[in-house]
This record gives sequence, structure tokens and C-alpha cells, in this order.
Amino acid sequence: MIEVRDLQVRYAGRLVAGVPELDVGAGECVAIVGESGSGKSTTLLSLLGLTENADISGHVRVCGVDVLTASPRRLREIRGARAALVMQSPQSALSPATRLGVLMRRALRLHGVGSGKDGRLDEIMAESVAAVMLDRAILRRYPHEISGGQAQRFAIALAIALGAEVILADEPTSALDVTVQAEVVGVLRRLREERDLALLLVSHDLALVSTIADRVLVMKDGEVVESGPAARVLTEPSHPYTRELLEALP
Amino acid sequence: MTSPQETTAEVPLRRLLPRVPDRFAALGAVLIVLIVLAAIMAPWLAPYPDEPRPLEGSLPPGAAHWFGTDQLGRDVLTRILYGARTSLSIAVSVLAVSALAGVTLGVVAGYAGGWVRDAIMRVTDVFLAFPALLLSLALAVVLPPSVTTVILAIAVTWWPWYTRLAASVAASIATRPYVDAARCLGVPAPLIVWRHVLPNSLTPVLVQMSLDAGGVILTAAALSYLGLGAQEPTAEWGLMVQQGQTLFTTNWWIGTFPGLAILVTAFAFNMLGEGLRNALDPRARKVT
Repeated sequence: MIEVRDLQVRYAGRLVAGVPELDVGAGECVAIVGESGSGKSTTLLSLLGLTENADISGHVRVCGVDVLTASPRRLREIRGARAALVMQSPQSALSPATRLGVLMRRALRLHGVGSGKDGRLDEIMAESVAAVMLDRAILRRYPHEISGGQAQRFAIALAIALGAEVILADEPTSALDVTVQAEVVGVLRRLREERDLALLLVSHDLALVSTIADRVLVMKDGEVVESGPAARVLTEPSHPYTRELLEALP
Repeated sequence: MTSPQETTAEVPLRRLLPRVPDRFAALGAVLIVLIVLAAIMAPWLAPYPDEPRPLEGSLPPGAAHWFGTDQLGRDVLTRILYGARTSLSIAVSVLAVSALAGVTLGVVAGYAGGWVRDAIMRVTDVFLAFPALLLSLALAVVLPPSVTTVILAIAVTWWPWYTRLAASVAASIATRPYVDAARCLGVPAPLIVWRHVLPNSLTPVLVQMSLDAGGVILTAAALSYLGLGAQEPTAEWGLMVQQGQTLFTTNWWIGTFPGLAILVTAFAFNMLGEGLRNALDPRARKVT
């Protein structure tokens, strides 16, 4: 679903993220780990063509679309509908003066999901909310009335309702407390199995990564220093930086 | 849950309505409601709605005419009530035109950034470079004196402030995660501006409008006072003050009561605006 070759993202000539190879297939979960500023979030954004004022070279295919050469219109079609982004700060990612149900309905209409009969739209909404174990009543709430964990699960529900095949998650749990993190991770893992979602996760939380990822890329200063199966990278790291990261675990 | 950056811009108005802690703001709101009601109900409230009155000369305030009658024998209270209609509709029109033009341009400038922003803001600067009252005066001199002229002349100097305000608010809204999220969902830019940037930029604009209403009424009164606005026989407070001025030493009531009406209305709008602003931005609140 995601295919990256020789991706280089530069801001004002400086290399911010360089990824020689990254593949995520359906039902797979790949995690990019590294400290702040290592280029992991930039990599994620570049997959949807959301990096502004950046020079990008290489090949990026997401859901069969060549992101770097696609027209803005074509990009808008895959954003959300086929590849959805789950952001770090769950509540601030929801427009504050709009009920969640309205937000979801608009997103679905925008991408022509369940168009025509309203009944079908309501059905899709109810189903997706149930899939992340939220109560339907949440659709009548405003963003400031729900918790961080609920907001994050709502974001995932939105991705499912839109029929996304790929979920890109940027530190999806770092703004949440530990018990809520487990909920969100549980939901992600279950959906990945049930719906064959491709999951690309950016995180600095190695504990989280070890529970969900199949493969891991370790980034430092914009470059991939190590990559491989999660089991190997997290137990027998070959790069000193990865060892450092692992040792930093409590 | 409320982070420090989340100030004026993002608090939905709905959340504020239950808490108007400020007694002055409440007083302002009550006064405004009364003034608006008085303006709407003028034909029923006014003691002598049927002009013209028989010429009986200017009478001092008394039981028959609470605020006296003017040099043409017309009831001053009646004229003040009708004048409220003129002044309020000028204020509403000016603010509506200014906010509509100003906010549209400002939100576009703030969200788009780059050369679009530069172009819009430079035009705004040109308008702001003229002293506002002089520009209004110049326009009012060129155009035939009327209420419409007053509205136009004031709106031309008023909108750039709204452009500035909306542009700065919209620029900060544009960097909010929910705007990024909308882009991530593939929402086209015009729809992002319409659905997310605009509604979330409106609160400070509404506050500014209530703060400005008093100023607009004063400016309109000033233009009419100078004979550039409303003309006889339209009842307009500024015009009434001007007519009463020459007779002040002998018939003080002709100019004084419309002057008080201007004062009270401007005061009420300012109180409400201050109160709204304080409720929205805790940092602007005075320590008591």
C-alpha cells in the first residue's frame, strides 16, 4: 500500500528526512522510531504531500498513486478517503465549534461515501463508531466535551468510515495517559487484523512499537540508521543509536 | 484542557453566554436591548408620533412634553425615539458592511499567507494611512448629504480594521491542528476557510463590533452635526444636537436630550464590548 524509494525531503537545502526504502503492505504495521527532530513526522507528512515549501525527490506511491507527481485534486482524493492520518494531539485536531457527527458527515460527503440516501450514511457512521468501541451518543458531542482517548478513537473511526486502507499515525498515543494508550493501541491492532489495514506508525515509544509493529525503521538526524523486523531490531540492535534508545527505556 | 494559546479565537460564543459576570456589561446589554426596543416601538411609544405638530413655539420640558419641544414645536422625546432608528440602523449597516468586506479579505489573507496576504494588507494599509474622520468628511462632502452617505463614508474608513483583526486571527487559526487535519482529509482550501477558519475567527470580530458600535454612532452624529449626513426632517441625534446648539442658552433641552441619548448609547455599547472582551480573554481582565 505504501512504497517509498530514495525519498529525500529538504527544507532550504538541508536534508530533513531521507528514507531509502519503506514498504507497508495490507495488514502490515511498520513503525518509524527516533527522537524529536529525527525526520519521522516529516516522512509521514510527505506521504500525503503535506510538506509545505519542501524539496522532495524520490518515489512515493500510496494506494497506487504517485504522490510526488499527482495533481492537487488527485491528492485530495486519497487524503483521508484511502490514506488517513491520525494526529498527535487528538482534541486540537477537531474543529472546536462543530459537533463530531457533523464533522464526520461532512468528511463522508466530501469523499462521496454513502451519498444519496441519508439512511446509509447514518449506518456507516454508527458502524464505524461502534468499531472503535465508542457510544453513538458521542456524535452529538463537541470536541471539548470528550476525552483525549475518545478523540483519538473518533479519529480512527473517521478513517474507517471513509474506507481508508492505510492509516498513518503520528505519535497517536503520546498525548494520552497509559490506560487510555492501551485502549487506542488495542483498537488499532484489532482493526488491522479485521480490516487488513496497512498501518504506518511514528512514535518514540518503543514499548508501544514492540506490541504492534512488524517492522521498525530507526531514524536519527534525518537518516534511517537501522531497519528490520521489530523482533530483531528491538532485541538485537546493531546500531549504537538504537541501543541507546532501548537503554533509555525505563 | 484549555491551553494558554487557546484564547479569544477558539472559545465558541455559545460557551460564554451563560457567564456574563460583569455587572457593567450586563448593564450595557440591558440598555442596548431597551434602546433597540425603543427604536422598534417608536411609533407606539412616542407621545406625538404624528408630525408635524401645530406651531406653538419651543416649550420647556413639562408634563405634556417630558423633554420639551424644539424650535418647530416638535416633541423632543418623539424625535429622540425616531432618531434611535436612524442611529442604530447606521451603526448596524456600517458594521455589517465593514465586517463583511473586512473579514472576508482578512480571513483570505490570513489563511493564504504569502503574496495574497501582502497584496491585501498593503491595500488595507493605504486606507489606514488616511486619518479616518478626514476621509469620511471628504467622502461626505463629495456625495449628496443623506443617511446612505453617512453609512458609506464611515464604512470606507472602518473595514480595514476588521481586515487586520481577521487576518491576524485567521493566520493563527491556519496553523491549528484541526486545520491540518482538514487538509489531511483532503478538504479543498475554500471549504477549509469557510468551515473552520471563518467560524473560529468570528468571536473576536463580534467583540470588536460591539466595541465599535458606539464609535460609529458618534461618528455618524458628528457627520450629521456638520450637516453632511441626515437632513431635515429626518430625526437624527447628531443633527438634533447641532440644531439645539444655537439655542442652547435659551432652550437648553433641544440639544441636551439628544446629546444624552448619544452618550448613553455609546456608553452601553462600550460596556458590553468591554465585558465580552474580558469574558473572552482572561488576560485583559482587570485585577479587582
